[in-house]
Amino acid sequence: MKVLKIATAGSVDDGKSTLIGRILYDTKSLTDDKLAAIEEKSRQRGFDYLDFSLATDGLIAEREQGITIDVAHIYFSTPSKSFIIADTPGHIEYTRNMVTGASTAQASIVLIDARNGVVEQTYRHFFINNLLRIKDVVIAINKMDLVDFSEEKYNIIKGEIEYLASKSEYKGQNLTFIPLSALQGDNVVEKSENTPWYTGETLLHHLENLDSEDISEVSQVRFPVQTVIRPKTEEFHDFRGYAGKIYGGNLEIGDEVLVLPSLTKSRIKGIHFFDKEYARAKSGSSVTITLEDNVNVSRGDMLVKVNEEPKISKELEATICWMDKEPLQASQKYFIKHGVNDAQAKITQLSSIIKTDFSGIEENPSELVLNQIGDIQLKLSKPLLFDSYKDNKSNGSFILINPKTNNTVGVGFIK
Amino acid sequence: MWFAYLKDMIMNQRTIQVDALESEAIYIFREVVAQFEKPVLLFSGGKDSITLVRLAQKAFYPAKIPFPLMHIDTGHNFPETIEFRDRLVKELGAELIVRNVQDNIDSGRVKEETGRYASRNMLQTETLLDAIEEFGFDACIGGARRDEEKARAKERIFSVRDDFGQWDEKNQRPEVFDMLNGRIDLGQNVRVFPISNWTELDVWSYVKQEKIEIPSIYFAHIRATFIRDGMIWSSDDEIVYREESERVAHRLVRFRTVGDMSCTAAVLSEAATIDAVVKEIRASTISERGARIDDKRSEAAMEKRKQQGYF
Repeated sequence: MKVLKIATAGSVDDGKSTLIGRILYDTKSLTDDKLAAIEEKSRQRGFDYLDFSLATDGLIAEREQGITIDVAHIYFSTPSKSFIIADTPGHIEYTRNMVTGASTAQASIVLIDARNGVVEQTYRHFFINNLLRIKDVVIAINKMDLVDFSEEKYNIIKGEIEYLASKSEYKGQNLTFIPLSALQGDNVVEKSENTPWYTGETLLHHLENLDSEDISEVSQVRFPVQTVIRPKTEEFHDFRGYAGKIYGGNLEIGDEVLVLPSLTKSRIKGIHFFDKEYARAKSGSSVTITLEDNVNVSRGDMLVKVNEEPKISKELEATICWMDKEPLQASQKYFIKHGVNDAQAKITQLSSIIKTDFSGIEENPSELVLNQIGDIQLKLSKPLLFDSYKDNKSNGSFILINPKTNNTVGVGFIK
Repeated sequence: MWFAYLKDMIMNQRTIQVDALESEAIYIFREVVAQFEKPVLLFSGGKDSITLVRLAQKAFYPAKIPFPLMHIDTGHNFPETIEFRDRLVKELGAELIVRNVQDNIDSGRVKEETGRYASRNMLQTETLLDAIEEFGFDACIGGARRDEEKARAKERIFSVRDDFGQWDEKNQRPEVFDMLNGRIDLGQNVRVFPISNWTELDVWSYVKQEKIEIPSIYFAHIRATFIRDGMIWSSDDEIVYREESERVAHRLVRFRTVGDMSCTAAVLSEAATIDAVVKEIRASTISERGARIDDKRSEAAMEKRKQQGYF
């Protein structure tokens, strides 16, 4: 079954939990025992409606404070597709969680309250969707029932978002505007009679009909080697396979490849998946590859097609989202994890802080604090094999790890 | 022209597109082996851990699974599960470690619960933590899934635990893209969940697709049972506490999850094949863990157990 990963953004007041609850309810994904638990808890709290956030706020602290702190994953399926929703909190203090949730998403839903129109938070959601270069973004204009399903209101909001889109750097984004009422179900799963002027799809139909080929990344092929498989048994005495996941394109037997960083040339001899061999493997597949020549390959090395080499450098420039309470400062040292490769990294420069509300940048700041996004320059202890994030997401992103705490403290997008 | 067409046709037949969830799980297994020194796969004999075993085979084939399997035996397992476990391990030629909760009870390290809802579910944690220390395991791979329970929905794929096995749920590492940070201090360990993003139906579809054998208790069979609180319990007077008034009757049932006999209720079912089971789950209005009394102790039962080192 096809799987579509979606990130949602919007504050509680925008009706995000209600929307997710509505989708689960209308696709019959909420079982009786879970629904009964929500009903009982909602009643206990004195609500006269079903608080669907109780279905997703899985931690004691979240339920106590009535807020979503951490990303929750919600699963549902229709006959044609499986969906995974990363429900991300929208407030500024949770920017890092939003980046985390959106990092694996192929599509994203941004909720806007039709009464309030585009607000500061909308800018931030839009900014992060752009930074992460999410290809399909749905602008869900919610609470249409409270503005008499006004086409004019809808058009004003649509115009403002289109203006924002014209200012942003990433032009490949496909924007879809859907007027809906999560509370009453208009245009969520069923087409609404209240919006005769809207000729587009319902939200669920849009998500169901998204062609995964359209939203998947096409770029140059990258095959980072995770581990080397050497059975050393009698039957497979000379077997030496390179295990990894293919990113960006397909690989075929006979393809001339370059092993990096050693720059050795060879050809693909075999593509193995479990006990079978294939002539070709498609992007996204975890396979094991054998080469015609006996070359030295180990974890962290990369197979690419000849003439499609990534950058090989001990220096890089990146936009980074900071995720730790301890601020980032120039001259600090971290571990860098880039794909399956590790190195040490020193921050040589903190160039700027980027305002997520599109209001510009602050140059030469002294530090980058939790949830801030900025531009940095790094010096590495060994050369890494990387692409620009805009050309290749998986090979253009990295994380920084604090060597004292081992925590993941930042996520970077290579320029 | 026709040659290109023919070549294309042959190539298509021999093209592999690994399913996204399967590919992700295999990727995670390979990261575990590359990043840790002493991983172990926690094997319960349930369908999720059996699925893990198949994925581990695929990740490293033609080499053998490069880590042992470990079963924390509560002594309250369904006999069918144990029999199945031993057969599977033999077929795989894998190493199996078994540690018994009973040993800790006998030595007085833990005290057995008594009464109506007595279960050894909580006692497993102590035995698990002891075994992790005994063997020095730094990564424990398990079959938990995020769709099972809402505290599990918040858990990372690499979930760091301290010396006491505790989960610090408010201070989890962000997991971005597919980069997995397995750096830990001495004494810490990581719980790894390769099928985090699978649903119950995904597991069953995979079991069907791969023709994986699973224990017979997942399929409809006649069993001596009694009813309590509207749920159907397996009757085994040695293990499951039963009051005189709770009368035993033979019913056609199956189990949706396989935990201990003392905390896993059965459901009435006629589903005797995988296809029938898939059909039944699709139509079901009760969630998978709806028949797990260990979750029903309180709304936060799972989160609290996890804080103490439970899986």
